[in-house]
Amino acid sequence: MASTTPIDTPPAPPAPPDRKERPKSTGRAGDKVFVGLSRGSGILLLVLMASIAVFLSYRAAIAISKDEGNFLTTFDWNPAGDPPVFGIAVLLFGTVVSSIIAMVIAVPIAVGIALFISHYAPRKLAAPIAYVVDLLAAVPSIVYGIWGALVLVPYLEGLNLWLDQFFGWTYIFEKTEVGVARSLFTVGVLLAIMILPIVTSVSREVFLQVPKMNEEAALALGATRWEVIRLSVLPFGRSGIISASMLGLGRALGETMAVATVLSPSFIISLHVLNPGGGTFAQNIAAKFGEADEFGRDALIASGLVLFVLTLLVNGAARLIIARRKEYSGANA
Amino acid sequence: MAKRIDISGLSAFYGNHKAIEDISMTVEPRSVTAFIGPSGCGKSTFLRTLNRMHEVTPGGRVEGKVLLDDENLYASNVDPVTVRRTVGMVFQRPNPFPTMSIFDNVAAGLRLNGSYRKSELNDVVEKSLRGANLWNEVKDRLNKPGSGLSGGQQQRLCIARAIAVEPQVLLMDEPCSALDPISTLAIEDLIGELKERFTIVIVTHNMQQAARVSDRTAFFNLAAVGKPGRLIEIDETERIFSNPSVQATEDYISGRFG
Repeated sequence: MASTTPIDTPPAPPAPPDRKERPKSTGRAGDKVFVGLSRGSGILLLVLMASIAVFLSYRAAIAISKDEGNFLTTFDWNPAGDPPVFGIAVLLFGTVVSSIIAMVIAVPIAVGIALFISHYAPRKLAAPIAYVVDLLAAVPSIVYGIWGALVLVPYLEGLNLWLDQFFGWTYIFEKTEVGVARSLFTVGVLLAIMILPIVTSVSREVFLQVPKMNEEAALALGATRWEVIRLSVLPFGRSGIISASMLGLGRALGETMAVATVLSPSFIISLHVLNPGGGTFAQNIAAKFGEADEFGRDALIASGLVLFVLTLLVNGAARLIIARRKEYSGANA
Repeated sequence: MAKRIDISGLSAFYGNHKAIEDISMTVEPRSVTAFIGPSGCGKSTFLRTLNRMHEVTPGGRVEGKVLLDDENLYASNVDPVTVRRTVGMVFQRPNPFPTMSIFDNVAAGLRLNGSYRKSELNDVVEKSLRGANLWNEVKDRLNKPGSGLSGGQQQRLCIARAIAVEPQVLLMDEPCSALDPISTLAIEDLIGELKERFTIVIVTHNMQQAARVSDRTAFFNLAAVGKPGRLIEIDETERIFSNPSVQATEDYISGRFG
């Protein structure tokens, strides 16, 4: 206490955490153990990711080098043939299209449910509704698959007819093939139901975190409840909604059993999403992995690698969107 | 432009807890009325009943009358949203809309009230920012986010936002408590200018501030711990600080408690 500061001055508050300069460990045993543990966990994660990537790339390289078709553009999957011919075009198309359909349906509904729970529902009602939505996430995907195949498919036939009749002119909703609704559209609807809980609960958490003073700012200007949501809640929750959607998208892209149960796979690309047929990465792997030989499995792994990269790209894009909006985000409020 | 507020027999509740009891007073137009009193005595709660913000709090409930000129804000046919468009509010911590630019922050209230042409908006935004003594500091960066300003500037931005809709009354809930002395001085000067046009009610913990800015001062206190807050007296600020008629007021302003 040789300084000139008064004796009862509390020590200066620690500087805000800076990524470049972390405070040095004091060297106590507990510190060392904990640093070791957390550093080890961090390294373990990196090693895991790297080894998955190496494994996928290695096996994929073997397969692709022997592919007599074009891996990116061939509309066929026959690695056991002579010559072996396989390509991911159909799978990529089916995966992306069914996920887009799922997002288009699920995100607005999920945001609506989340807003209802966080801002509209009476408190007594909000908790049970939130619980029921979370329960949707607990249903195993194979159960969704069975339900989808037995209930959703027949039920959607009527909707398909209606869409074809009134929106057939959009080309997308034109149904040119007769057949049950084992289509990418049905898969999209099913995926939408499956990703609804995750998108809802993440959005709800974000909406509940909107600082009260931001909402009161709008209220005090004479905003109605909807205007409060538009002025304060949605802008604040924007990056949260994006993250929530990306989590949902990640699940939709990789969903396997439900898709495999509902879709009647075929190696065609058609923008008529109501027509039966098409395929997705995960569904194709699940359907063919069991009976494939060593080379067939390598080929499937190659398609798995593309799904892996696709998911990485989606996540990267999401982070970019969030980062670009940072200056305007509620984080610095 | 500025209206008189007549409050009679007003009590406010949080659920079953009565926070303030039986308050009656008159707030004069084109003047500054300061509310002082110890923490928890219900000044802020009372302030929030004047623009029907109290009932936004879950369980919040109000009994009694608040007459703005002759219109009862708590009449059954009055929409609280309309009340808040007539009675503006500035909060303890500056709360500009973080995702909006400076311009959009000021224009937010106008856009809620209806559609405006771009040129009209420009005029009102400039006038309001000038009114809040902020124009010269931000005129070159109206499109930058409001959350990038300093605390004092943000608070003046919030004042600009509140006066942009030309309210009858401006309520300020400890508007300087999060600011440094220089920004506080800027706000206090501003309050002095704004009272030419608005009826201003300010809650403050700083008695010097009450003495500096207000024309009339109301002293609130709790009868006892756990009892609702009440209005002890309201009078000319000069009189409250020199020769109050109630002993408790004198004890409080001379620092004997609170």
